[in-house]
Amino acid sequence: MKFWKTALTAAAFVLATSGAVLAARTDLTLGMVLEPPHLDPTAGAAAAIDEVVYANVFEGLTRIGSKGEVLPDLAESWTVSEDGTVYTFKLHSGVKFHDGTDFDASDVKFSLDRARGAESVNAQKALFAHIKDVAVVDPTTVKVTLDEPQGDFLYDMGWGDAVMVAPESAAGNKEKPIGTGPFKFDHWAKGSEITLVKNPDYWGKPVALDKAVFRVVPDAAAAVPALLSGDIQAFPNVPPEAVAQLKSDPNLKVVIGTTEGETIMSINNKKPPFDKLAVRQALASAINRKAIIDGAQDGYGTPIGSHFSPADAGYIDLTGVYPYDVAKAKEYLKEAGLPDGFKATLKLPPTPYARNGGQIIQSELKEIGVDVQIIPVEWADWLKQVFTDKDFDLTIISHTEPADIGIYSRPGYYFQYDNPKFNDVIKELSRTADQSKRLELLGEAQKILAHDVPAVYLFELPKIGVWDAKLEGMWANSPIQANDLTQVKWSD
Amino acid sequence: MTAYILKRVAIGIVTLVFASIVIFAVLEVMPGDPARLMLGINASADSVETLRRQMGLDQPLIVRYLHWAGGMLTGDFGKSFTYSSPVRDLIIERGVVSLPLALIALFLSAVIGIPIGVFSASRRGKAADTAVMGVAQLGVAIPNFWFALLLIYVFAVWLRLVPAGGFPGWSTGIWAGLKGLILPAVALALPQAAILARVTRSALLEVLGEDYIRTARAKGLPRRRVLLHHALRNGMIPVMTILGLQFAFLLAGTIIIENVFYLPGLGRLVYQAITQRDLIVVEGIIMVLVASVVFINLLVDLSYPLVDPRLRHAR
Repeated sequence: MKFWKTALTAAAFVLATSGAVLAARTDLTLGMVLEPPHLDPTAGAAAAIDEVVYANVFEGLTRIGSKGEVLPDLAESWTVSEDGTVYTFKLHSGVKFHDGTDFDASDVKFSLDRARGAESVNAQKALFAHIKDVAVVDPTTVKVTLDEPQGDFLYDMGWGDAVMVAPESAAGNKEKPIGTGPFKFDHWAKGSEITLVKNPDYWGKPVALDKAVFRVVPDAAAAVPALLSGDIQAFPNVPPEAVAQLKSDPNLKVVIGTTEGETIMSINNKKPPFDKLAVRQALASAINRKAIIDGAQDGYGTPIGSHFSPADAGYIDLTGVYPYDVAKAKEYLKEAGLPDGFKATLKLPPTPYARNGGQIIQSELKEIGVDVQIIPVEWADWLKQVFTDKDFDLTIISHTEPADIGIYSRPGYYFQYDNPKFNDVIKELSRTADQSKRLELLGEAQKILAHDVPAVYLFELPKIGVWDAKLEGMWANSPIQANDLTQVKWSD
Repeated sequence: MTAYILKRVAIGIVTLVFASIVIFAVLEVMPGDPARLMLGINASADSVETLRRQMGLDQPLIVRYLHWAGGMLTGDFGKSFTYSSPVRDLIIERGVVSLPLALIALFLSAVIGIPIGVFSASRRGKAADTAVMGVAQLGVAIPNFWFALLLIYVFAVWLRLVPAGGFPGWSTGIWAGLKGLILPAVALALPQAAILARVTRSALLEVLGEDYIRTARAKGLPRRRVLLHHALRNGMIPVMTILGLQFAFLLAGTIIIENVFYLPGLGRLVYQAITQRDLIVVEGIIMVLVASVVFINLLVDLSYPLVDPRLRHAR
């Protein structure tokens, strides 16, 4: 065996020259499961877009940091009017887009007007809904006027959907993104990889990497050998089932972090019998979160009791509101007038957490007499049947947008949940900028959801990152879906 | 002979027209809204509506079909919803991976499968025949993705001779490109070679039982010459049919292998396009695949008379 290995390696040495290791490494190849459909973060919801371009190619007025905090970005400072409706941003001067055009206040006006305009296809148009006017004061000062206070405005402007683009290049950003960031887009071999290179004219602190390649590896079975062989040196989001095999390699580091993905069993709140609180309480009590995390996620994930990420400021642990208690769940059903249970359907999108978790939930609900029929659906079908037509009883899905507790107050949202008290809290929250008041309101919102069970809260999706042990500066957590490479470097 | 060719070509064209109607109709009734898929669950209804309009999805069905079918005649396959680049470019980009991969795999399949089949037939019933056919049986039974993983662990992770997957692009050089395709081609070829070996063997054995073989042997021709010259040529018809089918399969049916090696081929593009409801891409690729299958079958049909002179005068 040993002899053959040596002989074959020797023979191959002549052929293979790619293994050479340089002293100071400045390139990085990252793996990603899904390829972005295009590279314009202002025209699509696919997380994979931001995973390539956020903070690397495109920058916003503000940005979200590794702990979910709001940081200044292209705006070096800002002032907010007393009533919270006028934001005056002071921009960095000397900033250039990658095509050499200057970035100034007129680009801010263009970007924001484009995102909120009639022809906008921005996936998060709601972020800009309160903007009444964007005015250029001078080349480095821009004044944004809102029609009412928007408490989270600075955070909202840090989303990938709110990045700054130029009128000269915006139309081509899907294919050839032109931003102001520390990396420039180099080329995209469709289906294979996207290459970014260092921007030598960057206005801020230059990055350590000269080249970053995002390679598409759609299959977990393929991700493991790619990491083991060193073809790929970082995989920021590895499927849980691949972890065990990767942990055993000392050259790799496995980092378990958090995301903003609340994985929930959504309930059609208007459809009988789910319109009865006792029925929803029964469902919540009959489900054992730990069993689902162990069974569907190989043990990776944090149990949650409301629609809020444990990583965010203001989180309250509400998993104890309806603990796993089969006897209690049966009582709730009796209270609801359904002592013998009922039949329900559970529509499952193709993600493994949904398909595996759904089977566990099916068997758990059987214990209390609820006969669940599983209907697997494709993602497109899920969007049509469940999300758009609201033709469902139960479904499992992860809501991955950050700070999205407000979706329960949206009229016509697929949960069909309508609670005036909750809506008032969210309305007040959206107008409040004071941080301590915000946290209080967020706490209240979490508690209402936890007790009222518009959905059964299962677990927060983990971010399982695997990368070369010599790589520094990768994000452990995922406060937004991004792979910020600005701080990444190789230690010697 | 000319009539035969013309008839074959006409059948091919009718097939293509019919296929285009079926493909378009089937995909249009598939549930799912491409615009909503792109903008996700947080997007407002008016953004989705705007995108639908921009993609031309608000046009009536028949208008869209004629536009699409008419465009294809001039080589314009439309523009991808998600990638927002011309479908033709996408197909060419992926085709330069899938086509060489299919050709290499087909070549390997033929140079491995046919000689083994001939060898086995010549040793009919002997130990060597049984052994070789046993191995071939195994080759048919082993799923190619499993075999692919085995190859990756041996040649990429353990020996580090070739990359574990991915395709660097032909721009990095022929050799670098080939290095990326060699493992997937082997993984694809071996099960096909096993099938080919079995088909070659049984085709040969059938021919070897014919009277003219006995005559040839009786007039004193050496075994070897009878086998390779008289029997093999006649036995090639089923082998060529299988080869044609295999090429179609290798071109379109390689999605699992493309996933295991994360190759940017046509199979993965079509899969991705289906899940994202990028209908125009799906329609374009399927049309290209149908066209290539039709074309290959035409080639196979036209080559029968070359191998078998009797067919030159038929019909």
